[in-house]
Amino acid sequence: MTDFLHLLHHELLLSLVIVCMLILKLADRGRSGSSWSNLLNVLLLINFAGGLLIEAEGSLFDGMFRSNALLHFEKNVLSLGLLLVGLLATPYLRNHKHSAEFHILIASTLLGMFFMLSAGHMLLFYVGLELATIPLAALAAFNLNRGESSEAGAKLILSSAFSSAFLLLGISFVYGTCGSLQFEQIALTVSGNPLQLLAFTLVFTGFAFKLSIVPFHFWTADVYQGAPIPVAAYLSVISKAAVTLVFISVLYSVFGALQATWTPYLLITALLTIITGNLFAMRQDNIKRFLAFSSIAQVGFILTGILGANVDSEGIVLYFLLIYLFSNLAAFGVAGLISAATGKESILDYRGLHASNPRLAWTLTIALFSLAGVPPTAGFFGKLFLLTSGASLGNYLFIGIAALNMVVSMYYYLRIVKAMFMETTAQPIGKIPTGVAPAIALALCIAGILVSGLSGSFYEHIHLLTLSY
Amino acid sequence: MTAIPLTHILVLSTLLFFIGVFGFLTRRNLIAMLMGLELMLNSVNINFIAFNKYLYPEQIEGLGFTIFIVAIAAAEAAVAIAIIINLFRTTHHIDAEQADSLKY
Repeated sequence: MTDFLHLLHHELLLSLVIVCMLILKLADRGRSGSSWSNLLNVLLLINFAGGLLIEAEGSLFDGMFRSNALLHFEKNVLSLGLLLVGLLATPYLRNHKHSAEFHILIASTLLGMFFMLSAGHMLLFYVGLELATIPLAALAAFNLNRGESSEAGAKLILSSAFSSAFLLLGISFVYGTCGSLQFEQIALTVSGNPLQLLAFTLVFTGFAFKLSIVPFHFWTADVYQGAPIPVAAYLSVISKAAVTLVFISVLYSVFGALQATWTPYLLITALLTIITGNLFAMRQDNIKRFLAFSSIAQVGFILTGILGANVDSEGIVLYFLLIYLFSNLAAFGVAGLISAATGKESILDYRGLHASNPRLAWTLTIALFSLAGVPPTAGFFGKLFLLTSGASLGNYLFIGIAALNMVVSMYYYLRIVKAMFMETTAQPIGKIPTGVAPAIALALCIAGILVSGLSGSFYEHIHLLTLSY
Repeated sequence: MTAIPLTHILVLSTLLFFIGVFGFLTRRNLIAMLMGLELMLNSVNINFIAFNKYLYPEQIEGLGFTIFIVAIAAAEAAVAIAIIINLFRTTHHIDAEQADSLKY
């Protein structure tokens, strides 16, 4: 019984938080949007703090649910991300009449991600994946009276269901050829016969949709643009990080025997993803579409890291995801504050931002520098490690192209910095009130970017954790 | 009387899957696209049950998976239809060709 409580403590705590939110919502109808946000953010803080307390290793339900210190660490990172998104969402939810439902839905998706991460069986993995995506579609359609938002929700749910169908077809062939859906059993029986290769290709396609890997990226920019900014931030960071981590464990441990097959897949898609993301990011004017394509390019770099498939790769990707979480949430946070206060979402509106809002401008600059990989920030080390991991295969032409693309990405990240600091406009954005909760979240993000870049202990910790599993 | 061989059933489910894909890609009404999706998911169910019955009759893993797929497909359809109804309320159409306010 104590074993059960220890291993499942993240999921149990989060379920408790969700039930508390539901009961509070039913019991108290008169509350305003901002007081809901404050109350529910406290619950998310309890969720994050509670997750840090216990570490246990083992498996439950006949190996269907696994847990260890590495998985606990990953879940803590995701809980921290959810807390930051909750804090950053307060200005958006201030005047929304369904702010409690927003938190309930977003916490349910996190629960799905937890189960997905801990899954030791295809069934739990699939159920977790769906729990993590279906509420997200409802969240993307959260601006109920705007057609764009509903359109984004419809696009998200249709394309994610389409990709799930391919994933399921792949899983059914895996079942047919291996006779089991247990990850360990599959890993033992995968031999690489043609049906298994087909099954693996279908599973890879399903993942590629969820991670918005080129050529399966078409939904991304539309959904990010139509969805509310906090939801776009959540989609681009936390949901992507969770799926990436599961993708790694599926590639390395379940389909480890097929490495000769998935190395070229990853190589080609990584190259396409980086180049396409960069080319499209250059010509965007809407900040949300811009961040969508920049996140596609970042996924390409993550794939480069996964490609290495040596003992360090998993730790490197996890470290990069942590940095990416801080950087992208800071960028989306500033964009969200400006959009909630003025409704402006075009990069041209950011001209002269430094004169009126120096703090926001500097926050966005540090975040963009980190995304671009400029040395003093953590993003540089993240990218460097990813490329080193990819280079361990000896494919230097590919790594060279990826590194050149880092230079190209500099152009469009610095374009925004230039607009904020060097250009002026007739109608600049006025002084924007930040509010306490978003200010805390932005400060945490900036601290995260700088500390994880300047101090090596973060990486050491992650590296040691991944080496032991 | 001879049993139907496994390959027949797999051919059926593969056909059904790609009819679903074709429907999803060619239909322009969002509800009809959803129907294509259901067809794809149901063909996967046939796959699971056939593999379970013919190859591993001593297990129930495939059957169990099918029940979960059916339940989740229902949840997915419920959310999708709710979103489509809301899209209709705000824009007065459910045509995929006209849902193009988000482009470039």
